[in-house]
Amino acid sequence: MSARLTRDNVAKVADLARLNLSEAELERYTEQLGAVLDHAEDVASLDLDGVPPTAHPLPLVNVLRDDVVVEGVDRDEVLSQAPSVEDRRFRVPAILGEEP
Amino acid sequence: MSAIPSTALEIAAAVRSGSLSAREVLDDHLARIDAQDGEINAFNLVMTDEARAAAAAVDARVAAGEDPGPLAGVPLALKDNLCTRGIPTTCSSRILEGWRPPYDATVVQRVNAAGAVSIGKTNLDEFAMGSSTENSAFGPTRNPRDTGRVPGGSSGGSAAAVAAGFAPISLGSDTGGSIRQPAALCGVVGVKPTYGMVSRYGLIAFASSLDQIGPFSTTVADSALLLEAIAGHDGRDSTSIDAPVPSLLESLGQGVDGLRVGLVTELMGEGIAPDVAARVRQAADALTAAGAQVGEVSVPAAAYGLSAYYLIAPAEASSNLARYDGVRYGMRVDAPTTAEMNAATRTAGFGEEVKRRIMLGTYALSAGYYDAYYGKALKVRTLIVRDFEKAYADFDLLLTPTSPTTAFKFGDKTADPLSMYLNDICTIPTNLAGHPAMSVPFGGGSDGMPVGVQLLAPALGESTMFRAAAVLEAAAPALDEVWS
Repeated sequence: MSARLTRDNVAKVADLARLNLSEAELERYTEQLGAVLDHAEDVASLDLDGVPPTAHPLPLVNVLRDDVVVEGVDRDEVLSQAPSVEDRRFRVPAILGEEP
Repeated sequence: MSAIPSTALEIAAAVRSGSLSAREVLDDHLARIDAQDGEINAFNLVMTDEARAAAAAVDARVAAGEDPGPLAGVPLALKDNLCTRGIPTTCSSRILEGWRPPYDATVVQRVNAAGAVSIGKTNLDEFAMGSSTENSAFGPTRNPRDTGRVPGGSSGGSAAAVAAGFAPISLGSDTGGSIRQPAALCGVVGVKPTYGMVSRYGLIAFASSLDQIGPFSTTVADSALLLEAIAGHDGRDSTSIDAPVPSLLESLGQGVDGLRVGLVTELMGEGIAPDVAARVRQAADALTAAGAQVGEVSVPAAAYGLSAYYLIAPAEASSNLARYDGVRYGMRVDAPTTAEMNAATRTAGFGEEVKRRIMLGTYALSAGYYDAYYGKALKVRTLIVRDFEKAYADFDLLLTPTSPTTAFKFGDKTADPLSMYLNDICTIPTNLAGHPAMSVPFGGGSDGMPVGVQLLAPALGESTMFRAAAVLEAAAPALDEVWS
């Protein structure tokens, strides 16, 4: 199914990933990502019906902790590292009124 | 030149007994860093003031008749993706430049509690994505054995710091080989523990289902010492294994008599440099001479490891790195709207390789491709686990090269990302399986640069793995012995 990656695919992905890419970068990434995806075709073409996925070597499921209050990180220390703060909250530029 | 011992075990013993002060040990190592790190660039930050305070605290405890712990007064370097409260933690990325974490990683708390003296934060490929440290926003680290060559990566700074004698031990993280490959290229010991053995709390996430923290050292015993100090259950990491920490130091003298060791066929042929393969066979002979039964074993699904890894790791990275949006920490590039600010910040803050992986991962997770790529890659992990299970039915340990070649020169692989990714072909399968593995130096290649051989064990098989590592260490040719 080597639907070879196109420049438009890459531009769409860059938009989803919140990255502004130049025309030259779009071209370069189209080629480089295409090469990696071609290499990945050996996996994409495998018949893996009935094979379960793995994410951990040991069968850990539903890890829970006791529902007790513990001290979290210090709010002011966290806020001191933010680019912009107002009224002890993170401050961001306009959200409403953006292009849909 | 100085009377300071070279290993962590010796330093801790001397400091605990009061025959050597932590301050003297620290001064000696700071002097080496001062003299040589301008050229090596192992450190993003040398924590001179904090280290002096920590060393003074250790000395005060000894003077008061207390025991500062198993790492008493031992200088230790931390990869700069481990959070240190109030101390800049950058991941070698512009996007986190100047950020001071509001908490310590669990491993940082544990080494401090064991009496170690954290001496600095080491350089890495940005966000641990790379195999050479050439992707660092703050310039590459140089290999102390030949400064014209890379130290490997991504934990290149932690490997180089130990190889250069800046610290006897250091911590790195290994997602696809990022501890073992630089250990091999710099001629030091490096260990990736079983996934879940060491808490990832405070390790800045790259690919969460693969990342694991582990030690670097010049000796096998020092890695055992450091791993014992950092291992063990942590309620702040839901993937942490709730099992007793194995007694690794105790296992070191037990030898390999009767152990069955399998040489992995798929990782001894095409793509492996002949001098590296020859050293691995020589290591196999050393294990045989020590009483092990060595045979060949096939792990066929390992052939799919690289492809599966370069779908899973970027997919998880694209999700993990979504948090760098200019809102809560790190840099912000101002723009009229939040969406534009997010994009402007990420565009200016991330380097090329990080962008490449975010793009790859975003694509692999996007509508219509999730099942074909990420979903399938997770199933390939199961095939790899099954093939390892078959191999471990007949063998206690497996043996492979750590890296297909010795250290390469700067710029050799930067133009072609795939050629760089192929460096990880021997190390990736164990991350996908979640198993432990370690690299042990075993002589030099035909260029006189260090070769690392890799021991692999089933999950929680660290004790057996360290037994064989100790045997290999005792039998190893000199690091600079040229293979001919």
